[in-house]
Amino acid sequence: MTRSTTILPVAAMFALALIAWKAIVVIGGLPVFILPPPEVVGERFVRAWTDGTIPPHFGATLQEVLLGFVVGAGLALVIGYGLARSALVERLLSPYLVAAQATPILALAPLLALWFGAGLLSKVVICALIVFFPVAVATMVGVRSVDAGLLELGRSLRATRRQIVTTLEVPAALPSILGGMRVGVTLAVVGAIVGEWAGASQGLGVLVNLARGSLFDIPLMFATLLTIALLGIVLYGLVVLTERRLVGPR
Amino acid sequence: MSGHLVIRDVAVDFPRPGGRLEVLEGIDLEVQPGEVVALIGPNGSGKSTLLRVAAGLLAPNRGTVELDGRRILQPDPAIGLVFQEPRLLPWRTVAANVAYPLELAGWPRPRREARVAELLELIGLTGWAEVRPSQLSGGIRQRAALARALALEPRVLLLDEPFSALDALTRERLNLELLELWGRTGTSIVVVTHSIQEAIFLADRVAVLASRPGRIVANLRVALPRPRSLDALDAAAVSPLAAEIRHRLGELAA
Repeated sequence: MTRSTTILPVAAMFALALIAWKAIVVIGGLPVFILPPPEVVGERFVRAWTDGTIPPHFGATLQEVLLGFVVGAGLALVIGYGLARSALVERLLSPYLVAAQATPILALAPLLALWFGAGLLSKVVICALIVFFPVAVATMVGVRSVDAGLLELGRSLRATRRQIVTTLEVPAALPSILGGMRVGVTLAVVGAIVGEWAGASQGLGVLVNLARGSLFDIPLMFATLLTIALLGIVLYGLVVLTERRLVGPR
Repeated sequence: MSGHLVIRDVAVDFPRPGGRLEVLEGIDLEVQPGEVVALIGPNGSGKSTLLRVAAGLLAPNRGTVELDGRRILQPDPAIGLVFQEPRLLPWRTVAANVAYPLELAGWPRPRREARVAELLELIGLTGWAEVRPSQLSGGIRQRAALARALALEPRVLLLDEPFSALDALTRERLNLELLELWGRTGTSIVVVTHSIQEAIFLADRVAVLASRPGRIVANLRVALPRPRSLDALDAAAVSPLAAEIRHRLGELAA
């Protein structure tokens, strides 16, 4: 499909969603503090960004998300590789990994905030924890998917351990790893917001609470939610772009 | 350029529940420099296992492999290997696949590129250099695998049913090309095959293997002049030889 033929339906879908939103407000006769109409949210969004309400909170959240993603995904690559290559490592670690994943992050966040304080560190830990699982599993699956025939070829060509990793295992596992990172990066946003709810002075999660509570500025709350959603979309898009660059046609 | 391969008293067995499975027993095989030897035998005769031992990929339980007087205990650059499947790296182009052994061996880029160009020219793949394996036919893929196996100028080439997955016509053409390559590079060749015709067409000597345990039961000379064309298979000498091979294989089945 060409660019213009994809843009048109996408724009139409967006317009349709806005019309539906507006229709619900008008037909339902909903007051602004329940569901503000799209044009009010749009205007508040622009104003909150230009008058400096959102930017510092946005910066704080972005920092937590990026640091947490890098730490979580980095650890996940190493551990995921170990899980794929050693049955012992898998047997020893997987119960704890699954347990950590099965415990809702919402329930863990207050504890982590208690241990690591109300600053940046506790959010990075929460983000890293939530990013870790999908990336580790994707790495494990990806590394295991390397064709045994290719590994034998590598051996017949006297590839070193390091060459096996860089020329066979990593390229073969890359599509799977980046698939895990797509999931991970959106979860990192969730992690940051949850972490901020458990105790913070700055961040988009804090702003949502402020707007709903002491400020009672519901359009601002919606503008903040919109910012959070856009952050997730942009980060996801960046991973997809990286994927296109690195993986290419096969 | 030599390529004198001597396999002496090689035995391989694998553990299995309640004992050991004898895969190869007392294999002796000598390949003279520049000679082409075909290994033919039923499934389970350990042909592929023997090739792995010769390639240094599998340590035998007993016996030795020597190439030009040197013990082969692990994979060696003097031995080129072609598998039944092309085993190309799907994310690399043909040229990058052919360059792979050179890259692993640490050749600097300019030298690598020159060698790859030379190999693609030799195999007739120059037009396919920048294409990925998924876009190629089976025949082209296996040619690329052959080019890769020749990259480090091996003295002996081991081929494990290299063209068995291809259609009959492509297979004939690739066999012809293999002989041409052999004429130009002068490597010794050991080729595993299921086809009597293919064995006779390619080889100076055909070794017939029996199964369980795998052992060589006949060693038959192919008295066909070289260079050979596909018509060579119509020569008078061929049918008695083919009959002899079939007879030996038939005895095994009985």
